[in-house]
Amino acid sequence: MSARVQIPVGQEAQAAKGWIGAHRFLLLRRLSQTFFLVLFLLGPWFGLWVVQGTLAGSLTLGVLPLTDPLILLQGMVAGHWPEVTALVGGLIVLIAYAMIGGRVYCAWVCPINPVTDAAHWLHRRLNLPKGWQPKRSTRLWVLSMVLIVSALTGVIAWELINPITMLHRGLVFGMGSVWAMIAGIFVFDLFVARHGWCGHVCPVGAFYGLVGSKSLLRVSAANRSACDDCMDCYAVCPENQVISPALKGKPGSSPVILSPDCTNCGRCIDVCAVDVFTYTHRFDDSLVAPSDPVAAPEKRAARPI
Amino acid sequence: MSLAGTPLSPQRRRFLQDSARAAGGCIVAGSLLAYLARDARALPAEALRPPGALPEQDFLSACIRCGLCVRDCPYDTLKLAELGVDAVATGTPYFTARDIPCEMCDDIPCVAACPTGALDPGLDDIDDAKMGVAVLVDQENCLNFLGLRCDVCYRVCPVIDEAITLELSHNTRSGHHAIFAPTVHADRCTGCGMCEKSCVLPEAAIKVLPARLARGSSAEHYLKGWEEKEAKGGPIVEGLIDLPDRLPGPGTDNLVAPGGFAPGYDLPGVGQ
Repeated sequence: MSARVQIPVGQEAQAAKGWIGAHRFLLLRRLSQTFFLVLFLLGPWFGLWVVQGTLAGSLTLGVLPLTDPLILLQGMVAGHWPEVTALVGGLIVLIAYAMIGGRVYCAWVCPINPVTDAAHWLHRRLNLPKGWQPKRSTRLWVLSMVLIVSALTGVIAWELINPITMLHRGLVFGMGSVWAMIAGIFVFDLFVARHGWCGHVCPVGAFYGLVGSKSLLRVSAANRSACDDCMDCYAVCPENQVISPALKGKPGSSPVILSPDCTNCGRCIDVCAVDVFTYTHRFDDSLVAPSDPVAAPEKRAARPI
Repeated sequence: MSLAGTPLSPQRRRFLQDSARAAGGCIVAGSLLAYLARDARALPAEALRPPGALPEQDFLSACIRCGLCVRDCPYDTLKLAELGVDAVATGTPYFTARDIPCEMCDDIPCVAACPTGALDPGLDDIDDAKMGVAVLVDQENCLNFLGLRCDVCYRVCPVIDEAITLELSHNTRSGHHAIFAPTVHADRCTGCGMCEKSCVLPEAAIKVLPARLARGSSAEHYLKGWEEKEAKGGPIVEGLIDLPDRLPGPGTDNLVAPGGFAPGYDLPGVGQ
């Protein structure tokens, strides 16, 4: 077994690109998450009312309405046809995420993402077992269950337990016991199921995945010929089942990660020392030609993930 | 034939097993969620919804819990229910009259802010709001009922002399004073809670309750004869003979007491 197998995830990338270079999109993502949160907090904390409301529904600068389309959908199946303002807001959100990738919401906006990312970071540091790994399709089942329960009870069902809007509303309006729920998700992801909440259960992520299934913005393994099988991308990716078809596809297959599960988080771009991955659009299936086909990188034993 | 025999199609068997597992899990989780949803519909009696709120069942299918109504409430009356703190469905807006009542703004900003119509945009006159109904729940402690002139609930009522009136009656305790009973007229009461907020007692004697607790209902087939008669402008049934009323006094068969019949025990043959 090569000594390189034991190198911590991302260390090679850091050596090649520097710490900033190897955490570029992670930093940008945290910046984006903070930005969207601060937008909502400027009003209640400093009296600057740029955005009113919460992630469930908001009004920006008094003119731009935004509404969570999944909450609207639940309301509709529960028997309430919303007013035009909410419909317009929901439509704007739908179109935006249908263009840039539905699960961009998960990686770049959702306030639960830092919580589950932290759980995953600790999970790796403690070298814990994967734990319960239900099928990735579980969240679609949960999504249908939420819609069915909404229809049967006439209540917007997921909002009774949705940790995303609860945490966001907690920060903007007052926490109550929301901390306990967030701690619960952290512990669930840490000890019960790796990537459990965002990767297997959350119906909001499932919904946005469906919304963005034909989205334009995609990550492509355009430089896949340079891959030296270090497996770092698999280790950091929250949905690592999406990588193989693009990275390890047969010659002639598209290098673009087309799975709707991909959150466009860009960690694979950060963590790759040989810059296999890049952001592009879904129709760009061009490949970077190997600069020197003779000197192929040295393959090595896979890291256990 | 045994069901556990060699499967005809392993893929099909696997698919069916996986689907059954997922469906089973969803039925369990969904039942819990439905239980929570049922629980959420129980709104505590002291929690009042904002003006124009749809009936509770419809409200919970319409309110997305964004908090825009709370933001636009100029008096900080409305608040969002917090998880584990308030018994109201988490994240939905409500107010407690005894803490901060509704000031009944003319432009109803909370209704204007609601993006989904959970607060009915058809409500354009705040006097038509029905947030609840004030009920004078404790006549034994109400100062006015004790014969004093507190009158505070009456004075603060934004719909004074319509939603609350003072009804005079004789004070039998003192013998020569009046009791000014604050009396709520439910069809005009908006449920704003100003009266409950202002009641001078340590615990309010007048409280705003949800209509389901505050009111009875008249049976549909009940008609008020005097109203019908007035609407018709004459007797309801034609051709009835109106016999003269038997009045007490000399010359009639009712000589005992003016205004009353003879008590039964005074009649001959009824022994005491």
